[in-house]
Amino acid sequence: MKERREIIVKWMLIGISFLFFIIMLVLPLLEVIVRALADGWDSYCNAISADHTLSALKVTLIATVIALAVNTVFGLAAAWALTKFDFFGRNVLSTLIDIPFSISPVIAGLAFIMTFGRSGWMAPVLDWINQTLGTDIALVFSVPGVVLATIFVTFPFVSREIIPILYAQGSDEEEAAALMGAKGFTIFRKITFPHIKWGLLYGMILCTARAFGEFGAVYAISKTRGETFTLPLEIDALYMTGSADSITQAFAVSSLLVAMAVVILIGKNIVEYYGRKRK
Amino acid sequence: MKKERLKKQHSIIPGRGMTLGITITMLSLFILIPLVSAMLYSFRMSWKDFTELITRPNVTQAFATSIWCSLIAAVINCIFGTILAWVLVRYEFPGKRLMDAMIELPFALPTAVAGITLTKMYSDNGFLGRALERVGIRVSYTRLGIIIAMVFIGIPFVVRAVQPILEKLPAAHEEAALMLGASRFTTFRKVIFPEIMPALLSGFGLALARGIGEYGSVIYISGNSEKNGTQVVSYIIMSKLNSGNVDYEGAAAIALVLLILSFLMLFLINMIQHFAARRTNA
Repeated sequence: MKERREIIVKWMLIGISFLFFIIMLVLPLLEVIVRALADGWDSYCNAISADHTLSALKVTLIATVIALAVNTVFGLAAAWALTKFDFFGRNVLSTLIDIPFSISPVIAGLAFIMTFGRSGWMAPVLDWINQTLGTDIALVFSVPGVVLATIFVTFPFVSREIIPILYAQGSDEEEAAALMGAKGFTIFRKITFPHIKWGLLYGMILCTARAFGEFGAVYAISKTRGETFTLPLEIDALYMTGSADSITQAFAVSSLLVAMAVVILIGKNIVEYYGRKRK
Repeated sequence: MKKERLKKQHSIIPGRGMTLGITITMLSLFILIPLVSAMLYSFRMSWKDFTELITRPNVTQAFATSIWCSLIAAVINCIFGTILAWVLVRYEFPGKRLMDAMIELPFALPTAVAGITLTKMYSDNGFLGRALERVGIRVSYTRLGIIIAMVFIGIPFVVRAVQPILEKLPAAHEEAALMLGASRFTTFRKVIFPEIMPALLSGFGLALARGIGEYGSVIYISGNSEKNGTQVVSYIIMSKLNSGNVDYEGAAAIALVLLILSFLMLFLINMIQHFAARRTNA
């Protein structure tokens, strides 16, 4: 009697899960593909090879690569500092790193406008630099601004993944190596890195996913279509044009990002698989 | 205790100055200085103007919409997230690996893509929208739509918070409770729920924080109508940045309130995690 009820509960829960899974996750993916191809293959190809799309793809890649590099360097340094040493304010520092996770991305974009924008307090400093060096650097409404906003929203991803691993592993091996006279970088390369490599890769994958898909933060700080727009902004511009054609084009460009998302998910699962196998 | 203090003073591991320097410099440059500037910017407004702006009907309504929708979405996510985590940990069934792999799709899929796709799916020319329309439920351009978008972006937070806890939880505990004659529901409530509670709360907090500040996935499906109460806070902030009627001070002021809300939430999450860590160590 009890066993039968058990089986009923089991399949009921699996059923609920599948229903949720299909409606919330699978159907949206199919919807993108169907709508992207609504006007046929040729217009799909035209949409994804349009000038604006290519320019947006370029900006997206630039922002993603730079954000990834910055966050990796930061993540490694922060994880090392926070787990290997004890210092005043360590918990505060650890909390501050996580700030971007709980802040609206719109605020991230806004913060850079308030700092480097025309009425921001850093604007005179920037003007001075431009005048003395004869350069023409603009940090808002420009590609560097897009990069800054992307760095902001992805900031904690790498450190977040490595810190727990380093905590769990402890510092004994590094201490032993240091006692035997190993240099800092050698210790990192030979002892720490093998422990964290899968976690590092995992954090980098999450960071990439967020970086190429960021919308709110970048939207606040990027206003020129065809120059500073990223792919999500290009999708927004096409969608907001509102005609049936441009909406189909928006979905065509979206399908590029869906493909990137699927690659990310596959990569993430491979990394997770290997990471688990090592344990 | 004594040993720990000793270690504190003479860590022989190199790189303290360099890594701490990089960490603090980068954190200040990319996060803290811009954030503090934004906060200071809102102080350019007088207190009177500030309160006048914050208590404007469309602003208070946007805060109510953001908070309520993200609360409801986070609760829905806790229910479905726990079921999904449970099913993925405890049962074997065809398609399980795929389901497990795709749970994080909302993290990988850009929010703008999610936004326009959900809107079209639930609008009256999308097939789900049409089906729901027939039973009298409208999703696109209503608060229900906002909640659905927030459920979409929040679900991985809860599943990924609860899943590892369930994996570690020995099945023997439940079996013992069931053998002693407890019903399944009682077993869940008394044996399993207390164990996953801290993780569930932290997943709840993360989903909630994400929902309150969410922009990309929400703005298309919401329709952003003041009359229907479907403007969210981040939409209000963004609308003050757009070329037609730029109001940086107003944007900064509303952002400050949202920021304080987010910090309170971050603080709560950290408290919960701290509490949970102490409990498991004891």
